Parts: sequence; C-alpha cells; structure tokens
Amino acid sequence: MLRLPLAAAAVFALAIVSLFVGVSDVSIASLVSGGEDGRAMMVLLISRIPRTLAIVLAGMGLAIAGMIMQMLARNRFVEPSTAGTTESAGLGLLVVLVFFPDMPLIGKMIVAAVFALAGTALFLRILREIPLRSVLLVPLVGIMLGGIISSITTFFAYRFELLQSLGSWTTGDFSSVLSGRYELLWIAAALTGAAWLAADRFTVAGMGEDFTTNLGLNYRRVMTLGLGIVSLVSATVVVTVGSIPFLGLIVPNVVSMLMGDNMRRAIPWIALLGAGFVLVCDIVGRLIRYPYEIPIGTVVGVVGSAIFLYLLLRREARYG
Amino acid sequence: MIITKGITKAYGGTVVVDDVSIALPTRGITSIIGPNGAGKSTMLSIISRLLGMDAGTVTVDGMDVTKTPGDVLARRLSILRQDNHMSARLTVADLVAFGRYPYSKGRLTVEDKRHIDEAIAYLNLEDLRGRFLDELSGGQRQRAFVAMVLCQDTDYVLLDEPLNNLDMKHAMGMMKLMRRAANELGKTVVLVLHDINFASWYSDYIVAMKDGKVVNHGSTEDIINPDALRAIYDMNINVHEIGGQRISLFYD
Repeated sequence: MLRLPLAAAAVFALAIVSLFVGVSDVSIASLVSGGEDGRAMMVLLISRIPRTLAIVLAGMGLAIAGMIMQMLARNRFVEPSTAGTTESAGLGLLVVLVFFPDMPLIGKMIVAAVFALAGTALFLRILREIPLRSVLLVPLVGIMLGGIISSITTFFAYRFELLQSLGSWTTGDFSSVLSGRYELLWIAAALTGAAWLAADRFTVAGMGEDFTTNLGLNYRRVMTLGLGIVSLVSATVVVTVGSIPFLGLIVPNVVSMLMGDNMRRAIPWIALLGAGFVLVCDIVGRLIRYPYEIPIGTVVGVVGSAIFLYLLLRREARYG
Repeated sequence: MIITKGITKAYGGTVVVDDVSIALPTRGITSIIGPNGAGKSTMLSIISRLLGMDAGTVTVDGMDVTKTPGDVLARRLSILRQDNHMSARLTVADLVAFGRYPYSKGRLTVEDKRHIDEAIAYLNLEDLRGRFLDELSGGQRQRAFVAMVLCQDTDYVLLDEPLNNLDMKHAMGMMKLMRRAANELGKTVVLVLHDINFASWYSDYIVAMKDGKVVNHGSTEDIINPDALRAIYDMNINVHEIGGQRISLFYD
C-alpha cells in the first residue's frame, strides 16, 4: 500500500511541472523577483494553476466515469465517448445555445447532464434489447449511437450557424481555462469521492444483475446512481474543457490488468492514473510544437486510440 | 420453509411455469429434476426473486420474496445460477468476501473474515485465494462461486445445476459438500439437477417437473422407480438397488 502515496507524489510532481510549462515566462526566479509588476504571479494564479487543476480534476473524473460505465455495461470497452454519453451532452449544449443562449454555465451543465443521462440510458436500453454475442460489438453500437446523435447536433448547429461554438466542446482543450471558468470541475471531483464511497456497490453491479440481487442490493438503484455520476461528470467536463476521448477506457483497463476490479482498491489508482495521463498528454501537447499548442483532445485521441487498439487485440487473443 | 402458491410465468404465449404450488421441506437436500424445458431453472429463479412472476406468491419462512427488503432476504436465502459470466476481474478471496456484503456492506468484521476463511477452506480453495477468476478453470471457478454463496451463510441455499463444468471427482465432492452443509450446518439445500443418479444418491426429497408443472414429489423411493420416471421422462428407465441406493440405468 506504500505504492499509492508514491504514485500520488509522482502525479503531484507532474502537476508542478505542468505549472511551469508555457509561453509566458513563469519560473521560480521570476516569481521570487516579482519582475514586470508581478506578471509571473498573475499568470500563475489566473491561468496556470486553474489549468493544472482542471487537468487533474477532468482526468480523475473521466477515468472514474469510464470505470463506472464498464461495470454497469459489464463490458471493458465502453466509456462515455463510446456510449453516446459525450455526444448527448453536446446535443444538450446546442439546445441551450439555440433556445436559452444567456443561461449561466451551471445551467448549461445541468441541461447537458440531463441529455447525457438520457443518451446513456438509451444506449443501455439498446444493449438490453439486442443480445450481443461479441464484447466488441457493444462499443461499436455505442460509437454508432454517438455518431447519430452528433450528426443531429452538427446538422442543427449548421442550420443555426453555431458550428464554431460546437467545435470547442467536441475537441477537448485546456488552453482556454482561466480562473473563474473551470470551477465546475470541482463537481467532478466530488463525484469521484462519491464513487469511492459507493465502490462496493459498483463492484457488485459488475458481477451482474443476478449476483447483485442475491447479495440484497437493488440493481436498478445502483444503475441509476452510476448513470447519474457518469452523466454529471461527462457534462461538467464537456462544458468546461470539451470532450477527451478514450481516457475513460484506457485508464480503468490498465488498472484492471494490474490489480483487478475490486473498486475499493482500484478507484484511487484509477483517479491518480487518470490525472497523471492527462497531465503528461497536456505537457506533450504544449511542447511538441512550442510555442504553439496541440489540443488535449487530439493528443489523447492519438495516444489513446493506439492503446485502445492494443487492448482490443490483446483481449481478443486471450478470449477469442 | 419455502412455499409457492400458484406461481406462473409465461414468455410471450409460452407458459414456462404453470400454476405451481408446492412446499419444499426444511433442512436436507431437495433436488428438482425433469427434462429440458420443464421450467426447473425458471422456478428456482422465481423462488429466489431473481425473476418476477406473472401470478402467485412465494414465501420463505413466511416472508413474501417480492416484498421483503433485499438485504433481509439475502441473509436468509442465497442463489447461484448456472453459466455465470463474470466480466469483473476479481480474485477468489475478493469474490468470496462479497458473500458477506448482506451483513457488513463491505466493512468486513472479524466474524466476516472467519466466514470467508471457512468457506475457502470448505471448498479447498486456499491455494487459489489470490488468483483472478479469469485465470481459473471452469470447475475451479464454479467452486469459487459456491464458496461465495456458502460464505453468505444463509439457511436456504439454492443452486441451479451446480455440477455443470465439474468432472466426476469434483461433482461428487460438490454433492458431498452439500450433504455436509445440510447435515452439519443444518442448511436447506435446493438443487436443480440433470443427473438423476446424483439426485437419487444424495437427496432427501425430490421434486419432478415437466412442461412447467410439478408432476411428482416425494422421497427418493417415491420418485426413483421405473413407473414414476417414465411419467417424467417419457422413456423406460431401469432402477437397480446397489449398496442400498437406487441407481437408474437409461442407456439403450
């Protein structure tokens, strides 16, 4: 159990590194000297710290959301972006933009969460109706559902000339995170804590409906709790930084391989690894074309799809 | 005592369990036998509230299974179905420990740990404690599931075809274990069995089902005889007495 504090220290170190990467000169020296009218300190407080916090919170939240999805759908290859959840949240945002453009951020987030909930419930409903033989078909169904929902979103965004605003949610990007524009993500952190408290329920649900009922738990209630957490986390992340694909898929899978699916043990690791993974991807995205930036959604998408492919092929080899 | 009154379940137009009213005796082993599609597993699922019914009631020690809180019932009755696909990657010890969930909701007490160790020892799983379920053979996994159900320490233990996936040695070991659980721990064990010789050898009471109805029930002597078996299976079955036990021969 000593390894957990070590991992936490590593993530903390990454977060510190992340604070000092960027175009504007922020270093220990410039902070101490307070040159240029304390500009370095201002950048740190208004931009860098919020950005790093946003990365950590979104990374944790999405990784946990992915884990919950996998336990509820009992499939290793689902996560909010392969289950129609993220796309549904995007559709919700579009609806807000068209009908209530002046709604505050929290309102947008709630509407997006309601849509995300409906979209995920629809996905699970479809899974129930179609008995799928292959584990790989499940995420394919989810990706198709997501494709349909996002094409509806794109069509109406095009009609209402909102394609540009839409772009900021479909590709995750931390560069616009400033103090005052990320705080909603603390909700995702709170939900991660809630998931930890309910960890045993999700493990039991992952054993299936019959085992859950046998152990005296109400399966429907566990499902509702899990879906609620997944939808809220997805919505807060989409509203504040945009969608980050594959994250919720890779991190829980890696942790599952290393230590299994007993959630009480796995959740702290999933949260830490989620935060660490996004921190690394974000630093890479900021350095690779310095001084320009590659959006996080793209970096995670490229790295993630490669790892995703590896996981798919590996699993097939073992169970095929 | 488990008492069913008029339980009926239909899928589409097909009635799978048809107006079954029966009282299953307390303590000892009761086996449910019958041909494929007789409704045995469906009835077991209804009794253990895994499946809803279209009509009828089931009571366990007077508690209506559809109205009793889940965790109250989970401390009284446990159920293991056949073909358990588990996608969650758990170790044997973790799985068995979840048998204590109805009592401790995940915060294991000293008492819980004693139950876990006992259940693991009972099924000879000590060497496999730390192994993941997906690394085990079908038979080992089946034993791990049964250990979890025993760890739940309920008066009633319901098992749907527990001998599936088990070779002769382990099938016999499983039935002996059920016998011990019934004799030493005073449990009521209800099994769905396909092999009538296992049913004959180890049961105290046999319930025979066919076409969704209970066609016969009684002691082993009442059921394991050529006339009764013909009525159940529509075939001629010779019954021989060997060492005081009734053995059926149905090879042609």
